[in-house]
Amino acid sequence: MSTAAPPVEAVAAVERRSWLALLRATGAAGVASAVAIAIAAFVAAFGPLLAPDSPYLGQLSSSYVGPTGGHLLGFDGQGRDLLSRLLGGARTSLVGPLTVVVICILAGTVLAVSAAWKRGTYDAFVSSGLDVLFAFPGILLAILAAAVFGAGLVAASLALAVAYTPYVARVLRGAALRERSQQYVAALEVQGASAFSICLRHLIPNMLPLIVAQATILFGYAMVDLAAISFLGLGVQPPNPDWGVMIAENQSGVVQGYPLAALAAGICIVIVVVAFNILGERLYDQAQAERR
Amino acid sequence: MLVATLVVSSFVIFSALYLAPGNPIAVLSGGRTLPAESIKVLEARYHLNDPFITQYWLWLKGVAHGDFGISIALRENVSTLIASRIGTTAALVLYASLLILVIGIGLGLAAGLRRGFLDTSVLAVTAVSAAIPSFVAAIVLILLFSVKLTLFPSLGDGQGLFGTIYHLTLPAVALAISSLAIVARVTRASVREEFGREHVQTAVSRGIPYRQLVRRHVLRNAAIPITTISGITVASLIAIAAVVERAFGLNGLGAYLVSAANSKDFAVVQGISLVLVTAFVVVNVLVDVLYAILDPRVSLGSRAQ
Repeated sequence: MSTAAPPVEAVAAVERRSWLALLRATGAAGVASAVAIAIAAFVAAFGPLLAPDSPYLGQLSSSYVGPTGGHLLGFDGQGRDLLSRLLGGARTSLVGPLTVVVICILAGTVLAVSAAWKRGTYDAFVSSGLDVLFAFPGILLAILAAAVFGAGLVAASLALAVAYTPYVARVLRGAALRERSQQYVAALEVQGASAFSICLRHLIPNMLPLIVAQATILFGYAMVDLAAISFLGLGVQPPNPDWGVMIAENQSGVVQGYPLAALAAGICIVIVVVAFNILGERLYDQAQAERR
Repeated sequence: MLVATLVVSSFVIFSALYLAPGNPIAVLSGGRTLPAESIKVLEARYHLNDPFITQYWLWLKGVAHGDFGISIALRENVSTLIASRIGTTAALVLYASLLILVIGIGLGLAAGLRRGFLDTSVLAVTAVSAAIPSFVAAIVLILLFSVKLTLFPSLGDGQGLFGTIYHLTLPAVALAISSLAIVARVTRASVREEFGREHVQTAVSRGIPYRQLVRRHVLRNAAIPITTISGITVASLIAIAAVVERAFGLNGLGAYLVSAANSKDFAVVQGISLVLVTAFVVVNVLVDVLYAILDPRVSLGSRAQ
Protein backbone atom coordinates (compact mmCIF):
# COMPACT_ATOMS: atom_id res chain seq x y z
CA MET A 1 0.00 0.00 0.00
CA SER A 2 1.37 3.41 -0.89
CA THR A 3 0.99 6.03 1.80
CA ALA A 4 -0.48 8.67 -0.52
CA ALA A 5 -3.60 6.76 -1.47
CA PRO A 6 -5.56 8.25 -4.36
CA PRO A 7 -9.10 9.46 -3.63
CA VAL A 8 -11.44 6.53 -3.20
CA GLU A 9 -13.77 7.65 -6.00
CA ALA A 10 -10.96 7.51 -8.52
CA VAL A 11 -9.96 3.98 -7.53
CA ALA A 12 -13.49 2.75 -7.95
CA ALA A 13 -13.83 4.43 -11.34
CA VAL A 14 -10.61 2.89 -12.67
CA GLU A 15 -11.61 -0.59 -11.59
CA ARG A 16 -14.93 -0.57 -13.45
CA ARG A 17 -15.03 -1.50 -17.09
CA SER A 18 -17.54 -0.22 -19.61
CA TRP A 19 -20.37 -2.63 -20.43
CA LEU A 20 -19.30 -2.77 -24.06
CA ALA A 21 -15.80 -3.85 -23.07
CA LEU A 22 -17.28 -6.46 -20.74
CA LEU A 23 -19.46 -7.82 -23.56
CA ARG A 24 -16.50 -7.94 -25.93
CA ALA A 25 -14.52 -9.87 -23.32
CA THR A 26 -17.15 -12.64 -23.36
CA GLY A 27 -15.85 -13.69 -26.77
CA ALA A 28 -17.55 -14.55 -30.04
CA ALA A 29 -20.04 -16.94 -28.43
CA GLY A 30 -20.97 -14.33 -25.85
CA VAL A 31 -21.50 -11.61 -28.45
CA ALA A 32 -23.51 -13.98 -30.68
CA SER A 33 -25.71 -14.86 -27.68
CA ALA A 34 -26.23 -11.18 -26.90
CA VAL A 35 -27.30 -10.62 -30.52
CA ALA A 36 -29.74 -13.54 -30.33
CA ILE A 37 -31.18 -12.12 -27.10
CA ALA A 38 -31.51 -8.68 -28.71
CA ILE A 39 -33.44 -10.20 -31.62
CA ALA A 40 -35.71 -12.09 -29.22
CA ALA A 41 -36.32 -8.87 -27.28
CA PHE A 42 -37.16 -7.05 -30.54
CA VAL A 43 -39.65 -9.77 -31.50
CA ALA A 44 -41.17 -9.64 -28.01
CA ALA A 45 -41.64 -5.89 -28.36
CA PHE A 46 -42.89 -5.74 -31.94
CA GLY A 47 -43.87 -9.36 -32.68
CA PRO A 48 -47.62 -8.77 -32.79
CA LEU A 49 -47.03 -6.00 -35.36
CA LEU A 50 -44.83 -8.26 -37.50
CA ALA A 51 -47.31 -11.12 -37.42
CA PRO A 52 -48.86 -11.73 -40.85
CA ASP A 53 -52.08 -13.10 -39.34
CA SER A 54 -54.07 -13.21 -36.12
CA PRO A 55 -52.55 -15.39 -33.37
CA TYR A 56 -56.04 -16.02 -31.97
CA LEU A 57 -58.32 -16.72 -34.93
CA GLY A 58 -58.09 -19.83 -37.06
CA GLN A 59 -60.16 -22.27 -39.04
CA LEU A 60 -60.37 -25.83 -37.82
CA SER A 61 -60.40 -26.96 -41.45
CA SER A 62 -56.72 -25.98 -41.73
CA SER A 63 -55.74 -27.86 -38.53
CA TYR A 64 -52.12 -29.10 -38.81
CA VAL A 65 -51.89 -28.06 -42.47
CA GLY A 66 -48.25 -27.68 -43.52
CA PRO A 67 -46.52 -24.59 -44.90
CA THR A 68 -48.27 -22.93 -47.85
CA GLY A 69 -47.57 -19.78 -49.86
CA GLY A 70 -49.10 -17.22 -47.51
CA HIS A 71 -48.32 -19.15 -44.35
CA LEU A 72 -44.59 -19.77 -44.00
CA LEU A 73 -44.84 -22.32 -41.17
CA GLY A 74 -48.35 -23.63 -41.80
CA PHE A 75 -51.00 -23.97 -39.11
CA ASP A 76 -51.33 -25.27 -35.56
CA GLY A 77 -53.85 -27.81 -34.26
CA GLN A 78 -56.63 -25.25 -34.15
CA GLY A 79 -55.94 -23.95 -37.63
CA ARG A 80 -54.19 -20.75 -36.56
CA ASP A 81 -51.22 -19.32 -38.46
CA LEU A 82 -48.18 -20.86 -36.69
CA LEU A 83 -45.74 -18.01 -37.42
CA SER A 84 -48.15 -15.41 -36.04
CA ARG A 85 -48.65 -17.47 -32.92
CA LEU A 86 -44.90 -17.87 -32.40
CA LEU A 87 -44.36 -14.12 -32.86
CA GLY A 88 -47.25 -13.30 -30.53
CA GLY A 89 -46.04 -15.87 -27.99
CA ALA A 90 -42.59 -14.28 -27.79
CA ARG A 91 -43.98 -11.49 -25.64
CA THR A 92 -45.55 -13.62 -22.89
CA SER A 93 -42.66 -16.08 -23.05
CA LEU A 94 -40.11 -13.31 -22.36
CA VAL A 95 -42.06 -10.91 -20.14
CA GLY A 96 -42.74 -13.66 -17.58
CA PRO A 97 -39.06 -14.54 -16.98
CA LEU A 98 -38.17 -10.83 -17.00
CA THR A 99 -40.64 -10.24 -14.17
CA VAL A 100 -39.21 -13.18 -12.22
CA VAL A 101 -35.63 -12.02 -12.67
CA VAL A 102 -36.29 -8.36 -11.79
CA ILE A 103 -38.13 -9.29 -8.59
CA CYS A 104 -35.72 -11.96 -7.36
CA ILE A 105 -32.62 -9.90 -8.18
CA LEU A 106 -34.02 -6.85 -6.36
CA ALA A 107 -35.13 -8.89 -3.34
CA GLY A 108 -31.94 -10.99 -3.32
CA THR A 109 -29.66 -7.93 -3.57
CA VAL A 110 -31.47 -6.04 -0.80
CA LEU A 111 -31.42 -9.09 1.50
CA ALA A 112 -27.80 -9.96 0.72
CA VAL A 113 -26.38 -6.45 1.08
CA SER A 114 -28.36 -5.63 4.24
CA ALA A 115 -27.40 -8.98 5.82
CA ALA A 116 -23.74 -8.51 4.94
CA TRP A 117 -23.79 -4.94 6.24
CA LYS A 118 -25.56 -5.51 9.56
CA ARG A 119 -24.35 -9.07 10.25
CA GLY A 120 -25.24 -10.46 13.70
CA THR A 121 -28.82 -11.47 14.52
CA TYR A 122 -30.34 -9.86 11.43
CA ASP A 123 -27.97 -11.82 9.16
CA ALA A 124 -28.75 -15.04 11.04
CA PHE A 125 -32.48 -14.35 10.77
CA VAL A 126 -32.31 -13.68 7.00
CA SER A 127 -30.11 -16.72 6.40
CA SER A 128 -32.38 -19.14 8.25
CA GLY A 129 -35.45 -17.69 6.52
CA LEU A 130 -33.77 -18.32 3.18
CA ASP A 131 -32.85 -21.86 4.27
CA VAL A 132 -36.55 -22.68 4.68
CA LEU A 133 -37.27 -21.28 1.20
CA PHE A 134 -34.56 -23.56 -0.19
CA ALA A 135 -36.83 -26.48 0.71
CA PHE A 136 -39.35 -25.43 -1.96
CA PRO A 137 -38.43 -26.20 -5.58
CA GLY A 138 -39.63 -23.43 -7.92
CA ILE A 139 -42.09 -25.56 -9.85
CA LEU A 140 -43.67 -26.93 -6.67
CA LEU A 141 -44.11 -23.42 -5.28
CA ALA A 142 -45.72 -22.35 -8.56
CA ILE A 143 -48.14 -25.30 -8.45
CA LEU A 144 -49.05 -24.34 -4.87
CA ALA A 145 -49.57 -20.74 -5.96
CA ALA A 146 -51.84 -21.91 -8.76
CA ALA A 147 -53.88 -23.94 -6.26
CA VAL A 148 -54.25 -20.95 -3.95
CA PHE A 149 -54.66 -18.01 -6.35
CA GLY A 150 -55.81 -19.84 -9.47
CA ALA A 151 -53.78 -20.58 -12.59
CA GLY A 152 -52.11 -17.62 -14.27
CA LEU A 153 -48.84 -16.03 -15.30
CA VAL A 154 -48.78 -13.52 -12.42
CA ALA A 155 -49.08 -16.12 -9.63
CA ALA A 156 -46.54 -18.38 -11.36
CA SER A 157 -44.03 -15.55 -11.85
CA LEU A 158 -44.32 -14.39 -8.24
CA ALA A 159 -43.92 -17.95 -6.96
CA LEU A 160 -40.77 -18.50 -9.06
CA ALA A 161 -39.35 -15.15 -7.94
CA VAL A 162 -39.80 -16.23 -4.31
CA ALA A 163 -38.20 -19.62 -5.03
CA TYR A 164 -35.18 -18.06 -6.80
CA THR A 165 -34.52 -15.35 -4.21
CA PRO A 166 -32.52 -17.56 -1.80
CA TYR A 167 -30.18 -18.64 -4.63
CA VAL A 168 -29.52 -15.00 -5.58
CA ALA A 169 -29.15 -13.92 -1.98
CA ARG A 170 -26.70 -16.71 -1.12
CA VAL A 171 -24.30 -15.87 -3.96
CA LEU A 172 -24.57 -12.11 -3.50
CA ARG A 173 -24.22 -12.26 0.28
CA GLY A 174 -20.78 -13.80 -0.11
CA ALA A 175 -19.79 -11.11 -2.60
CA ALA A 176 -21.23 -8.37 -0.40
CA LEU A 177 -19.29 -9.67 2.63
CA ARG A 178 -16.03 -9.57 0.63
CA GLU A 179 -16.83 -6.06 -0.60
CA ARG A 180 -17.80 -4.93 2.92
CA SER A 181 -14.35 -5.80 4.23
CA GLN A 182 -12.58 -3.73 1.55
CA GLN A 183 -10.65 -0.71 2.69
CA TYR A 184 -12.58 1.75 0.57
CA VAL A 185 -15.72 0.97 2.58
CA ALA A 186 -13.92 1.69 5.82
CA ALA A 187 -12.51 4.90 4.29
CA LEU A 188 -15.98 6.06 3.28
CA GLU A 189 -17.34 5.25 6.73
CA VAL A 190 -14.58 7.34 8.32
CA GLN A 191 -15.50 10.19 5.98
CA GLY A 192 -19.00 10.01 7.43
CA ALA A 193 -20.92 8.56 4.47
CA SER A 194 -24.17 6.89 5.48
CA ALA A 195 -24.52 3.13 5.18
CA PHE A 196 -27.31 3.57 2.65
CA SER A 197 -25.27 5.76 0.33
CA ILE A 198 -22.16 3.57 0.59
CA CYS A 199 -24.22 0.51 -0.39
CA LEU A 200 -26.14 2.25 -3.16
CA ARG A 201 -23.26 4.23 -4.69
CA HIS A 202 -20.26 1.99 -4.13
CA LEU A 203 -20.95 -1.51 -2.85
CA ILE A 204 -23.75 -2.49 -5.25
CA PRO A 205 -22.12 -0.85 -8.31
CA ASN A 206 -18.97 -2.85 -7.58
CA MET A 207 -21.03 -6.05 -7.39
CA LEU A 208 -22.89 -5.20 -10.58
CA PRO A 209 -20.98 -7.53 -12.96
CA LEU A 210 -21.83 -10.47 -10.69
CA ILE A 211 -25.46 -9.31 -10.33
CA VAL A 212 -25.86 -9.02 -14.10
CA ALA A 213 -24.31 -12.46 -14.62
CA GLN A 214 -26.72 -13.94 -12.06
CA ALA A 215 -29.68 -12.24 -13.70
CA THR A 216 -28.69 -13.56 -17.13
CA ILE A 217 -28.30 -17.15 -15.93
CA LEU A 218 -31.56 -17.02 -13.96
CA PHE A 219 -33.45 -15.66 -16.99
CA GLY A 220 -32.82 -18.96 -18.77
CA TYR A 221 -33.95 -20.99 -15.76
CA ALA A 222 -37.05 -18.82 -15.30
CA MET A 223 -37.95 -19.22 -18.95
CA VAL A 224 -37.76 -23.02 -18.76
CA ASP A 225 -39.71 -23.18 -15.49
CA LEU A 226 -42.43 -20.76 -16.62
CA ALA A 227 -42.85 -22.58 -19.93
CA ALA A 228 -43.10 -25.84 -17.96
CA ILE A 229 -45.81 -24.36 -15.74
CA SER A 230 -47.72 -23.10 -18.79
CA PHE A 231 -47.25 -26.56 -20.34
CA LEU A 232 -48.89 -28.02 -17.21
CA GLY A 233 -51.85 -25.68 -17.75
CA LEU A 234 -51.17 -23.62 -14.63
CA GLY A 235 -49.45 -20.60 -16.22
CA VAL A 236 -50.45 -18.61 -19.29
CA GLN A 237 -53.99 -19.63 -20.20
CA PRO A 238 -55.03 -20.51 -23.76
CA PRO A 239 -56.01 -19.07 -26.18
CA ASN A 240 -53.24 -16.60 -25.29
CA PRO A 241 -50.13 -17.42 -27.31
CA ASP A 242 -47.15 -18.66 -25.30
CA TRP A 243 -44.40 -21.10 -26.31
CA GLY A 244 -45.07 -23.42 -23.36
CA VAL A 245 -48.81 -23.40 -24.02
CA MET A 246 -48.19 -24.06 -27.73
CA ILE A 247 -46.28 -27.25 -26.95
CA ALA A 248 -49.12 -28.54 -24.74
CA GLU A 249 -51.74 -27.58 -27.36
CA ASN A 250 -49.93 -29.24 -30.22
CA GLN A 251 -48.58 -32.34 -28.46
CA SER A 252 -51.38 -34.35 -30.08
CA GLY A 253 -49.95 -33.34 -33.47
CA VAL A 254 -46.66 -35.10 -32.68
CA VAL A 255 -48.41 -38.47 -32.40
CA GLN A 256 -50.59 -37.69 -35.42
CA GLY A 257 -47.51 -37.16 -37.57
CA TYR A 258 -47.52 -33.36 -37.64
CA PRO A 259 -44.83 -32.35 -35.14
CA LEU A 260 -43.92 -28.94 -36.67
CA ALA A 261 -46.24 -26.86 -34.46
CA ALA A 262 -44.96 -28.26 -31.14
CA LEU A 263 -41.35 -28.48 -32.35
CA ALA A 264 -41.25 -24.86 -33.57
CA ALA A 265 -42.27 -23.56 -30.14
CA GLY A 266 -39.75 -25.89 -28.48
CA ILE A 267 -36.96 -24.70 -30.76
CA CYS A 268 -37.75 -21.06 -29.93
CA ILE A 269 -37.46 -21.82 -26.21
CA VAL A 270 -34.18 -23.75 -26.64
CA ILE A 271 -32.54 -21.02 -28.78
CA VAL A 272 -33.34 -18.25 -26.31
CA VAL A 273 -32.34 -20.35 -23.29
CA VAL A 274 -29.03 -21.41 -24.90
CA ALA A 275 -28.25 -17.76 -25.60
CA PHE A 276 -28.97 -16.73 -22.01
CA ASN A 277 -26.99 -19.69 -20.61
CA ILE A 278 -23.89 -19.03 -22.71
CA LEU A 279 -23.91 -15.28 -22.13
CA GLY A 280 -24.58 -15.74 -18.41
CA GLU A 281 -21.77 -18.28 -18.06
CA ARG A 282 -19.30 -15.99 -19.85
CA LEU A 283 -20.36 -12.93 -17.83
CA TYR A 284 -19.96 -14.96 -14.65
CA ASP A 285 -16.43 -16.00 -15.64
CA GLN A 286 -15.61 -12.34 -16.31
CA ALA A 287 -17.03 -11.27 -12.95
CA GLN A 288 -14.96 -13.96 -11.20
CA ALA A 289 -11.81 -13.07 -13.14
CA GLU A 290 -12.22 -9.40 -12.26
CA ARG A 291 -12.20 -10.23 -8.57
CA ARG A 292 -8.89 -12.04 -8.66
CA MET B 1 -32.30 -28.75 11.27
CA LEU B 2 -34.04 -31.35 9.11
CA VAL B 3 -37.03 -31.56 11.45
CA ALA B 4 -37.19 -27.77 11.85
CA THR B 5 -37.22 -27.23 8.08
CA LEU B 6 -39.93 -29.84 7.64
CA VAL B 7 -42.13 -28.40 10.40
CA VAL B 8 -41.81 -24.88 9.01
CA SER B 9 -42.49 -26.00 5.44
CA SER B 10 -45.48 -28.08 6.55
CA PHE B 11 -46.79 -24.94 8.24
CA VAL B 12 -46.22 -22.90 5.06
CA ILE B 13 -48.01 -25.50 2.92
CA PHE B 14 -50.93 -25.82 5.30
CA SER B 15 -51.44 -22.11 5.91
CA ALA B 16 -51.10 -21.16 2.22
CA LEU B 17 -53.98 -23.45 1.32
CA TYR B 18 -55.93 -22.49 4.44
CA LEU B 19 -55.78 -18.85 3.39
CA ALA B 20 -56.83 -19.63 -0.17
CA PRO B 21 -59.98 -17.83 -1.23
CA GLY B 22 -63.05 -20.02 -1.72
CA ASN B 23 -65.32 -22.00 0.55
CA PRO B 24 -64.51 -25.69 1.08
CA ILE B 25 -68.21 -26.43 1.59
CA ALA B 26 -68.89 -25.16 -1.94
CA VAL B 27 -66.27 -27.57 -3.30
CA LEU B 28 -67.72 -30.45 -1.24
CA SER B 29 -71.27 -29.82 -2.37
CA GLY B 30 -70.26 -29.28 -5.98
CA GLY B 31 -72.04 -25.91 -5.99
CA ARG B 32 -75.40 -27.23 -4.77
CA THR B 33 -77.09 -25.59 -1.79
CA LEU B 34 -77.12 -28.07 1.09
CA PRO B 35 -79.50 -28.27 4.04
CA ALA B 36 -78.11 -26.81 7.26
CA GLU B 37 -77.69 -30.26 8.90
CA SER B 38 -75.48 -31.58 6.12
CA ILE B 39 -73.33 -28.46 6.30
CA LYS B 40 -72.94 -29.08 10.04
CA VAL B 41 -71.91 -32.70 9.42
CA LEU B 42 -69.36 -31.64 6.82
CA GLU B 43 -67.99 -28.88 9.04
CA ALA B 44 -67.54 -31.35 11.86
CA ARG B 45 -65.92 -34.00 9.66
CA TYR B 46 -63.39 -31.61 8.11
CA HIS B 47 -62.92 -29.56 11.34
CA LEU B 48 -63.89 -26.43 9.41
CA ASN B 49 -65.04 -24.47 12.47
CA ASP B 50 -61.98 -25.12 14.61
CA PRO B 51 -59.39 -22.35 14.94
CA PHE B 52 -56.53 -22.41 12.44
CA ILE B 53 -53.90 -23.68 14.85
CA THR B 54 -56.11 -26.58 15.94
CA GLN B 55 -56.74 -27.52 12.32
CA TYR B 56 -53.00 -27.41 11.60
CA TRP B 57 -52.23 -29.48 14.69
CA LEU B 58 -54.86 -32.10 13.80
CA TRP B 59 -53.49 -32.28 10.25
CA LEU B 60 -49.87 -32.56 11.42
CA LYS B 61 -50.81 -35.24 13.96
CA GLY B 62 -52.59 -37.17 11.21
CA VAL B 63 -49.61 -36.79 8.87
CA ALA B 64 -47.29 -38.18 11.54
CA HIS B 65 -49.51 -41.28 11.57
CA GLY B 66 -49.60 -41.47 7.78
CA ASP B 67 -53.08 -39.95 7.54
CA PHE B 68 -53.20 -37.04 5.10
CA GLY B 69 -56.97 -36.50 5.30
CA ILE B 70 -59.64 -37.19 2.71
CA SER B 71 -59.65 -36.11 -0.91
CA ILE B 72 -62.64 -33.85 -1.41
CA ALA B 73 -62.97 -34.73 -5.09
CA LEU B 74 -62.50 -38.53 -4.90
CA ARG B 75 -63.80 -39.16 -1.32
CA GLU B 76 -60.80 -41.37 -0.69
CA ASN B 77 -57.92 -41.32 1.78
CA VAL B 78 -55.16 -39.08 0.47
CA SER B 79 -52.57 -41.53 1.82
CA THR B 80 -54.10 -44.33 -0.32
CA LEU B 81 -54.04 -42.06 -3.37
CA ILE B 82 -50.43 -41.11 -2.69
CA ALA B 83 -49.35 -44.69 -2.01
CA SER B 84 -50.72 -45.90 -5.36
CA ARG B 85 -48.76 -43.25 -7.27
CA ILE B 86 -45.52 -42.77 -5.36
CA GLY B 87 -43.91 -45.84 -6.96
CA THR B 88 -44.12 -44.45 -10.48
CA THR B 89 -42.60 -41.12 -9.46
CA ALA B 90 -39.88 -42.75 -7.37
CA ALA B 91 -38.96 -45.14 -10.19
CA LEU B 92 -38.89 -42.29 -12.70
CA VAL B 93 -36.69 -40.08 -10.52
CA LEU B 94 -34.34 -42.98 -9.65
CA TYR B 95 -34.01 -44.01 -13.30
CA ALA B 96 -33.25 -40.42 -14.35
CA SER B 97 -30.80 -39.97 -11.46
CA LEU B 98 -28.90 -43.09 -12.52
CA LEU B 99 -28.66 -41.75 -16.08
CA ILE B 100 -27.41 -38.41 -14.78
CA LEU B 101 -24.82 -39.89 -12.44
CA VAL B 102 -23.46 -42.55 -14.80
CA ILE B 103 -23.60 -40.78 -18.16
CA GLY B 104 -23.26 -37.18 -16.91
CA ILE B 105 -20.26 -37.78 -14.68
CA GLY B 106 -18.81 -40.28 -17.20
CA LEU B 107 -18.95 -37.81 -20.07
CA GLY B 108 -17.59 -35.04 -17.88
CA LEU B 109 -14.63 -37.15 -16.72
CA ALA B 110 -13.86 -38.30 -20.26
CA ALA B 111 -13.95 -34.75 -21.59
CA GLY B 112 -12.00 -33.38 -18.65
CA LEU B 113 -9.21 -35.96 -18.83
CA ARG B 114 -8.79 -35.99 -22.59
CA ARG B 115 -8.39 -32.81 -24.58
CA GLY B 116 -9.25 -32.77 -28.26
CA PHE B 117 -12.18 -33.90 -30.35
CA LEU B 118 -14.10 -35.69 -27.58
CA ASP B 119 -13.77 -32.69 -25.30
CA THR B 120 -14.97 -30.14 -27.87
CA SER B 121 -17.89 -32.28 -28.95
CA VAL B 122 -19.01 -32.93 -25.36
CA LEU B 123 -18.81 -29.18 -24.70
CA ALA B 124 -20.85 -28.29 -27.78
CA VAL B 125 -23.51 -30.98 -27.29
CA THR B 126 -23.96 -30.24 -23.58
CA ALA B 127 -24.20 -26.47 -24.19
CA VAL B 128 -27.34 -27.10 -26.24
CA SER B 129 -28.81 -30.01 -24.30
CA ALA B 130 -28.46 -28.14 -21.00
CA ALA B 131 -31.05 -25.74 -22.40
CA ILE B 132 -33.58 -28.36 -23.51
CA PRO B 133 -36.57 -28.30 -21.15
CA SER B 134 -37.95 -31.72 -20.17
CA PHE B 135 -41.22 -31.25 -22.07
CA VAL B 136 -39.41 -30.26 -25.27
CA ALA B 137 -37.19 -33.33 -24.88
CA ALA B 138 -40.38 -35.33 -24.34
CA ILE B 139 -41.95 -34.36 -27.67
CA VAL B 140 -38.70 -34.91 -29.56
CA LEU B 141 -38.26 -38.37 -27.96
CA ILE B 142 -41.88 -39.31 -28.67
CA LEU B 143 -41.45 -38.16 -32.25
CA LEU B 144 -38.21 -40.10 -32.79
CA PHE B 145 -38.70 -43.27 -30.74
CA SER B 146 -42.45 -43.85 -30.64
CA VAL B 147 -43.77 -42.29 -33.84
CA LYS B 148 -40.89 -42.80 -36.29
CA LEU B 149 -39.05 -45.86 -34.95
CA THR B 150 -41.91 -47.30 -32.82
CA LEU B 151 -39.35 -48.62 -30.31
CA PHE B 152 -40.87 -47.23 -27.14
CA PRO B 153 -44.43 -46.40 -26.03
CA SER B 154 -45.43 -42.74 -25.76
CA LEU B 155 -48.01 -43.24 -23.01
CA GLY B 156 -48.62 -45.17 -19.80
CA ASP B 157 -46.79 -46.71 -16.82
CA GLY B 158 -46.35 -50.35 -17.88
CA GLN B 159 -46.73 -53.56 -15.84
CA GLY B 160 -44.12 -55.57 -13.96
CA LEU B 161 -40.46 -54.74 -13.53
CA PHE B 162 -39.42 -54.92 -17.19
CA GLY B 163 -42.63 -53.30 -18.39
CA THR B 164 -42.03 -50.41 -16.02
CA ILE B 165 -38.41 -49.99 -17.06
CA TYR B 166 -39.46 -50.17 -20.71
CA HIS B 167 -42.27 -47.62 -20.29
CA LEU B 168 -40.16 -45.29 -18.14
CA THR B 169 -37.15 -45.18 -20.48
CA LEU B 170 -38.25 -42.25 -22.63
CA PRO B 171 -39.64 -40.29 -19.64
CA ALA B 172 -36.41 -40.83 -17.69
CA VAL B 173 -34.28 -39.64 -20.62
CA ALA B 174 -36.52 -36.57 -21.03
CA LEU B 175 -36.24 -35.84 -17.32
CA ALA B 176 -32.48 -36.39 -17.22
CA ILE B 177 -31.25 -34.69 -20.37
CA SER B 178 -30.67 -31.09 -19.23
CA SER B 179 -29.40 -32.05 -15.76
CA LEU B 180 -27.11 -34.63 -17.35
CA ALA B 181 -25.57 -31.93 -19.51
CA ILE B 182 -25.09 -29.59 -16.56
CA VAL B 183 -23.46 -32.34 -14.46
CA ALA B 184 -21.15 -33.23 -17.37
CA ARG B 185 -20.08 -29.60 -17.80
CA VAL B 186 -19.40 -29.05 -14.11
CA THR B 187 -17.53 -32.36 -13.85
CA ARG B 188 -15.34 -31.44 -16.82
CA ALA B 189 -14.64 -27.96 -15.45
CA SER B 190 -13.70 -29.22 -11.99
CA VAL B 191 -11.39 -31.94 -13.34
CA ARG B 192 -9.66 -29.29 -15.47
CA GLU B 193 -9.35 -26.94 -12.54
CA GLU B 194 -7.78 -29.61 -10.34
CA PHE B 195 -5.27 -30.47 -13.07
CA GLY B 196 -4.17 -26.83 -13.10
CA ARG B 197 -3.50 -26.80 -9.35
CA GLU B 198 0.07 -26.48 -8.14
CA HIS B 199 0.08 -29.69 -6.10
CA VAL B 200 -1.05 -31.67 -9.14
CA GLN B 201 1.60 -30.09 -11.34
CA THR B 202 4.17 -30.86 -8.66
CA ALA B 203 2.99 -34.47 -8.62
CA VAL B 204 3.32 -34.57 -12.43
CA SER B 205 6.88 -33.30 -12.25
CA ARG B 206 7.70 -35.84 -9.54
CA GLY B 207 6.76 -38.52 -12.04
CA ILE B 208 3.74 -39.94 -10.22
CA PRO B 209 2.01 -42.44 -12.56
CA TYR B 210 -0.95 -40.96 -14.42
CA ARG B 211 -3.59 -43.30 -13.00
CA GLN B 212 -2.50 -42.68 -9.45
CA LEU B 213 -2.33 -38.95 -10.10
CA VAL B 214 -5.90 -38.89 -11.40
CA ARG B 215 -7.26 -41.07 -8.64
CA ARG B 216 -5.45 -39.58 -5.66
CA HIS B 217 -5.02 -35.94 -6.52
CA VAL B 218 -7.51 -34.93 -9.19
CA LEU B 219 -10.65 -36.96 -8.52
CA ARG B 220 -10.57 -36.69 -4.75
CA ASN B 221 -10.71 -32.91 -4.91
CA ALA B 222 -12.96 -32.70 -7.95
CA ALA B 223 -15.44 -35.02 -6.20
CA ILE B 224 -16.71 -32.18 -4.03
CA PRO B 225 -18.08 -29.80 -6.72
CA ILE B 226 -19.31 -32.87 -8.64
CA THR B 227 -21.27 -33.99 -5.58
CA THR B 228 -22.70 -30.49 -5.14
CA ILE B 229 -24.03 -30.24 -8.67
CA SER B 230 -25.26 -33.84 -8.73
CA GLY B 231 -27.13 -33.29 -5.48
CA ILE B 232 -28.76 -30.09 -6.71
CA THR B 233 -29.84 -31.57 -10.03
CA VAL B 234 -31.07 -34.89 -8.64
CA ALA B 235 -33.10 -33.05 -5.97
CA SER B 236 -34.61 -30.78 -8.61
CA LEU B 237 -35.90 -33.82 -10.54
CA ILE B 238 -38.46 -34.44 -7.80
CA ALA B 239 -40.45 -31.36 -8.84
CA ILE B 240 -39.77 -31.48 -12.60
CA ALA B 241 -41.06 -35.08 -12.66
CA ALA B 242 -44.57 -33.55 -12.69
CA VAL B 243 -43.91 -32.11 -16.15
CA VAL B 244 -42.59 -35.37 -17.57
CA GLU B 245 -45.43 -37.38 -16.04
CA ARG B 246 -47.90 -35.02 -17.73
CA ALA B 247 -46.11 -35.23 -21.09
CA PHE B 248 -46.06 -39.05 -21.07
CA GLY B 249 -49.43 -39.59 -19.37
CA LEU B 250 -47.83 -41.32 -16.38
CA ASN B 251 -49.94 -41.84 -13.28
CA GLY B 252 -47.46 -40.32 -10.82
CA LEU B 253 -47.55 -37.96 -7.85
CA GLY B 254 -46.61 -34.84 -9.82
CA ALA B 255 -49.26 -35.25 -12.50
CA TYR B 256 -51.83 -35.90 -9.77
CA LEU B 257 -50.66 -32.81 -7.85
CA VAL B 258 -51.26 -30.69 -10.96
CA SER B 259 -54.79 -31.96 -11.48
CA ALA B 260 -55.54 -31.57 -7.76
CA ALA B 261 -54.28 -27.97 -7.92
CA ASN B 262 -56.58 -27.38 -10.89
CA SER B 263 -59.62 -28.83 -9.13
CA LYS B 264 -58.73 -27.20 -5.77
CA ASP B 265 -58.61 -30.57 -3.99
CA PHE B 266 -56.62 -29.07 -1.13
CA ALA B 267 -56.06 -32.16 1.03
CA VAL B 268 -54.33 -33.81 -1.93
CA VAL B 269 -52.29 -30.71 -2.75
CA GLN B 270 -51.15 -30.45 0.89
CA GLY B 271 -50.30 -34.14 1.13
CA ILE B 272 -48.32 -34.41 -2.10
CA SER B 273 -46.54 -31.08 -1.55
CA LEU B 274 -45.40 -32.26 1.86
CA VAL B 275 -44.19 -35.60 0.46
CA LEU B 276 -42.25 -33.84 -2.33
CA VAL B 277 -40.73 -31.23 -0.02
CA THR B 278 -39.69 -33.99 2.40
CA ALA B 279 -38.03 -35.96 -0.40
CA PHE B 280 -36.28 -32.79 -1.58
CA VAL B 281 -34.98 -31.98 1.91
CA VAL B 282 -33.89 -35.59 2.56
CA VAL B 283 -31.87 -35.68 -0.68
CA ASN B 284 -30.15 -32.46 0.37
CA VAL B 285 -29.32 -33.93 3.78
CA LEU B 286 -27.89 -37.06 2.12
CA VAL B 287 -25.67 -34.82 0.00
CA ASP B 288 -24.43 -33.10 3.16
CA VAL B 289 -23.59 -36.49 4.67
CA LEU B 290 -21.73 -37.39 1.48
CA TYR B 291 -19.65 -34.20 1.79
CA ALA B 292 -18.54 -35.18 5.25
CA ILE B 293 -17.47 -38.59 3.93
CA LEU B 294 -15.66 -37.15 0.91
CA ASP B 295 -13.98 -34.28 2.69
CA PRO B 296 -12.90 -34.85 6.29
CA ARG B 297 -12.53 -31.07 6.73
CA VAL B 298 -16.29 -30.62 6.43
CA SER B 299 -18.16 -31.23 9.64
CA LEU B 300 -21.81 -32.24 9.41
CA GLY B 301 -24.26 -29.38 9.37
CA SER B 302 -21.97 -26.92 7.61
CA ARG B 303 -22.44 -27.14 3.87
CA ALA B 304 -19.33 -26.94 1.74
CA GLN B 305 -19.32 -23.77 -0.31
